[in-house]
Amino acid sequence: MAFAAFATTTSDADQAPRRKSPVALLLLLPGILYLVLFFLTPLVSLLLTSFQTPIEGGDIGQYAYAFRWENYVEVVTAYLPHILRSFAFALTATVLALIFSYPLAYFIGVTARRWPLVQSLMLVLVIAPFFISFLLRTLAWKQILSDESFIITSLKAVALMAPDAHFTGTSAAVIFGLTYNFIPFMTLPLYTTLERLDTRYLEAGSDLYAHPVEVFRKVTIPLSMPGIVAGTLLTFIPAAGDYVNASRDFLGGPDSQMIGNVIEANFLVLQNYPAAAALSIILMTVILVIVMVYVKRAGTEELL
Amino acid sequence: MSTGAFAAQGADLELVGIQKRFPGFTAIEHLDLKIPAGSFFALLGPSGCGKTTTLRLVAGLEAPTAGRILIGGTDVTDQKSFQRPVNTVFQSYALFPHMTVLENVAFGLRRRRIDEPVAKAHEALRLVELDHLAARKPQQLSGGQQQRVALARAIVNRPALLLLDEPLGALDLKLRRQMQLELKAIQEEVGLTFLHVTHDQEEAMTMADTVAVMNKGRIEQMGAPEELYELPKTAFVANFLGQSNLFTGPVVGSTRDAISVGVAGHNIVVPAARAHRHIGEVTIGIRPEKLSLHLSAPADDAARNTLGPGRVIDVSFSGVSTQYLIDVPHLGNLVVFAQNMGFGPVADEHAEVWVSWAIEHGFGLEDEPGDTPKFESDTTTRSIAAQRRASLVTELEEI
Repeated sequence: MAFAAFATTTSDADQAPRRKSPVALLLLLPGILYLVLFFLTPLVSLLLTSFQTPIEGGDIGQYAYAFRWENYVEVVTAYLPHILRSFAFALTATVLALIFSYPLAYFIGVTARRWPLVQSLMLVLVIAPFFISFLLRTLAWKQILSDESFIITSLKAVALMAPDAHFTGTSAAVIFGLTYNFIPFMTLPLYTTLERLDTRYLEAGSDLYAHPVEVFRKVTIPLSMPGIVAGTLLTFIPAAGDYVNASRDFLGGPDSQMIGNVIEANFLVLQNYPAAAALSIILMTVILVIVMVYVKRAGTEELL
Repeated sequence: MSTGAFAAQGADLELVGIQKRFPGFTAIEHLDLKIPAGSFFALLGPSGCGKTTTLRLVAGLEAPTAGRILIGGTDVTDQKSFQRPVNTVFQSYALFPHMTVLENVAFGLRRRRIDEPVAKAHEALRLVELDHLAARKPQQLSGGQQQRVALARAIVNRPALLLLDEPLGALDLKLRRQMQLELKAIQEEVGLTFLHVTHDQEEAMTMADTVAVMNKGRIEQMGAPEELYELPKTAFVANFLGQSNLFTGPVVGSTRDAISVGVAGHNIVVPAARAHRHIGEVTIGIRPEKLSLHLSAPADDAARNTLGPGRVIDVSFSGVSTQYLIDVPHLGNLVVFAQNMGFGPVADEHAEVWVSWAIEHGFGLEDEPGDTPKFESDTTTRSIAAQRRASLVTELEEI
């Protein structure tokens, strides 16, 4: 299953043979109840809503249960650009976050092993943004990147930006926000894998005539695959459905709306619940398919 | 490193004035060493003596603080590990867990763009009789098999110099014996230079042409195993390589052929050629298996040294031989190994005995007599290894 990527490193081989025990079932019960109540029920409700049809002559926002599959066709034709944009933004942000996080995680997990104090200090710094609300931080960036801000006026002064150009409201600003907000989710799983990386494998690679670049490509990257998979999933999945960064109140503009914003608008403003539900189901399905293909292709099951 | 070609044969290794300091301690004081091409050289010493550091310096995984490293006459001191014509069999094997056995073995060949890496990897796996497991992952192999894969992964590259870092340490006694023989056979077959680092004296002696005993970052003595064993130069070598009975006393007389040492009222004669010091206080020694045990005072014999009477304080029977611990007044305890030619031990505990040995078997040490203990304390690597081996033997017998 896809989420095995989040599991720890114990392989099946080391585990003791399992016995069926009533105690184990009893211990599982709260979790199962929780999932049925808070995951399965809303999911079924969402699925049913997505096929609802407007009540004839009813008010806005009044729908009856039906099997109106045309809802799906309609939302896809209406919002295909948003769907594609969402995945493109999420993908770009994930790749950027990986590029920024990998060296950082490598430094904390491998290079800084000799100085545990530096290690813990840097980890605290990675987690530190969580002490401030996600919304506040994104709003702060809106200020920092606004047209009147120091950064933008300076860039305009040195003619790196056109005088009438904006940064907030563009696709770049949304991708920037997504990357920034999800870097800790990328760095932490990468750190946990790299922290356990046995550097003797790197020495063995070097001993076997591999240039440092080759050692990185052939040994370090494959051995840190569990962290890469976990980090990219933790970034990509929430980023694809994110509706804060792309919101017009934050970093987004009319041309950088993501599917999350559309769902939000349909649910809260237009009160078109079936359309919002259908979009949510589509989003979930597409993410699930992408994740399953990805995990299969990454071949990390054997490493876990 | 030459790309696309193998080293024709083993190369000699030369270490010139090597020193390695780490923050806080010195791993290697000063090391000069020359290992001729095609030889099987063992670096023997307790843990922490600097032998693994020496190996890592040769492999290029550490840089020396001072000194030069030459392989086949070429100075490689400034080369990185991937540029050196050297391969290592690591103590932990360090087989890549994300690759199959075959890909592990082919790794070095691919990096050097050697033709037909897969065919050559199969060939190397056949040499260690593991070709049938080529498609497995390393974790699916036993310790002994992993060790052989690690060996195949190194020798497939035909390095000028093969470094072995206690590769047999994790194996049980039976497999260890078998691997020792296989390793020796492979070395003779491929004609590479092997540098083997170990704390197991038995392993070093059975496998190597030349053994260097290392202690506290220096080489104490170097030579053929028989030479080191029969004529140790220092108390450390005398006790690290097998056991020795050591006595200290002043030289009381000397002729051209022999010196005579006064030890607790006895005169012990040692051949002058086998003694490193001829005047003053000296330490002399004799190996326990060279001693003969007598139940009555032996007749005077000019060709033999005699000590006694003493009392047997411990008898331990180990099948082929019996080890007696004898307390000789003013001399301390003597160890005697006697072959069990008859049935069982010849002397019981508390028996009064004499010991004697042929004069030509004694040796005189180079050390300043002093605080060197007669026997190593029980926390040395060797005794720990011996204890582990003993427990393994009993384990094997139980199976």
